[in-house]
Amino acid sequence: MTTLQDAPATTPAAPKKVKRYSTKPRKSITLTLATGVILLYSVVPLLWLVINATKSREGLTDSFGLWFADGEFLLWDNIVSTLTYDDGIFGRWFLNTLLYVLAGAGGATFLAVLGGYGLAKFNFPGRGGVFAVVIGAVAVPGTALAVPTFLMFSQMGLTDTPWAIIIPSLISPFGLYLMWTFANDAIPTELLEAARVDGSGEFRTFFQVGIPLLAPGIVTVLLFTTVATWNNYFLPLIMLKDPDWYPLTLGLNAWNAQATTNGGEVIFHLVITGSLLMIIPLIAAFLLLQRYWQSGLAAGSVKE
Amino acid sequence: MAVFALVFLAPIAYSIYISLFKTRLIGGTSFVGLENYQQALADPNFWDGLFRVGLFLVVQVPIMLGLALLAALAIDSGRLHGAGFFRITIFLPYAVPAVVAAIMWGFMYGNQFGLVGNINEAFGVNIPAPLGPDWILASIGNIVTWEFVGYNMLIFYSALRVIPASLYEAAEIDGAGQFRIIRSIKLPAIRGALVIATIFSIIGSFQLFTEPSILQKLAPNAITTFFTPNYYAYSLSFNGQQYNYSATIAIIMGLVTMIIAYVIQLRGMRKGS
Repeated sequence: MTTLQDAPATTPAAPKKVKRYSTKPRKSITLTLATGVILLYSVVPLLWLVINATKSREGLTDSFGLWFADGEFLLWDNIVSTLTYDDGIFGRWFLNTLLYVLAGAGGATFLAVLGGYGLAKFNFPGRGGVFAVVIGAVAVPGTALAVPTFLMFSQMGLTDTPWAIIIPSLISPFGLYLMWTFANDAIPTELLEAARVDGSGEFRTFFQVGIPLLAPGIVTVLLFTTVATWNNYFLPLIMLKDPDWYPLTLGLNAWNAQATTNGGEVIFHLVITGSLLMIIPLIAAFLLLQRYWQSGLAAGSVKE
Repeated sequence: MAVFALVFLAPIAYSIYISLFKTRLIGGTSFVGLENYQQALADPNFWDGLFRVGLFLVVQVPIMLGLALLAALAIDSGRLHGAGFFRITIFLPYAVPAVVAAIMWGFMYGNQFGLVGNINEAFGVNIPAPLGPDWILASIGNIVTWEFVGYNMLIFYSALRVIPASLYEAAEIDGAGQFRIIRSIKLPAIRGALVIATIFSIIGSFQLFTEPSILQKLAPNAITTFFTPNYYAYSLSFNGQQYNYSATIAIIMGLVTMIIAYVIQLRGMRKGS
């Protein structure tokens, strides 16, 4: 809240604009307040999640949603129960998710970097058409692809195996688009020409000149494909029947759905704690790597 | 490229292929040409879903992008203390999976241990149930807005950062105020980002699936199996085994989405020149 009060007085640009002093502070307060409201809107549900992960199943119903329940702080107990419930299936789902992310998002990033670099730095006929295809690829609804992919994969015997998740995850039109625009800006064509004149092969140029310059873009794409795979729900929902191969999204939903199944045990406190455990790794990754991915976004992703 | 062909081109081709057939209880699968398409265009469930995502689109997307733009401009203005804190915190919900977001908000909406119940009790008011049939679409809109405000803000903010400072200096010498700078320099400079964000948001609206499908268990009366076209297509193939008709719905939605995205892109770019 100190932010709100201090902002107008210490605005760096303030001294320059003394002549419009009368309108200035009012506008700043409005802006700051508006931003503060958006901040609260973003944070309150996350606080709710943290707070409610400390409650027992009974405490969830009995206590006020945005404050701790009287006399109980069961975060650790809940974490232990989440990890041990049903023979520790949560851990298994966690490892599945990691596998899908490493193979799917890792592979998607690699392909996007190769493709984006190629599209940005090599002239070939029909490059404009590729843009339309890439945007079109983003536009095709999940079901349009998922249903026929499911039918194809089931004929190949791939459904209910990790491959059914990993292979479709390898394609990231958005990642390709991001990488393409990034490579356009980040790699001066003269540099590539210089490398070629010096006798460097295309692959060597790519790895020694291209990759280092693309690093912030690669981190950005990797984070976004990781989020996409980590959060993927629709594809696994269709492809997987065996709970042993579920990612966390499907697992949590299955736990949540237990309450509405006849004879199912109601474990909302574990659903909430599990949700919290699931989002911590991603939030940590975003916070730790923010310097890289933010510069990656700023440098290339959105310029025309 | 081989992977691209396997998971992208082949399913589309296959999808179009099976949309031309029909499986009947008697007589098996036969070629019916465009009959499925005729059926879809006359299907009230399909139109119902399409109308719903259309309404969702024209209400939710402007609110979300407006908030995102406001936040981005505010952070970029240099008038906030701890702008970096604002930026990263508003962005955080993006790291929350749609499944978790829907479950979480579902709990908060619910009358069992939800905030709505708390508020009603505390203030003696009677806020309508967010999971009731009248409010469910707005409730879903709120979840989607929550998930993506920060993401869009960051896209806009990144675009604002690359505007050369010399433009601002020139504008100040000419006596332009902040609103004038926003209108004449900042907004035109980030038009590309606005167009891209709009396109992605439209695509997202048309593909609406996860949130309604999760909330469906909490609000079985409010969310039908044809709540959105995507949900309809899913229900048709995985509960009704009507793969052919489901593929038809999916293809129509793909076409509609692409056409709208294309039109937005053309319009956005034309204004730019």
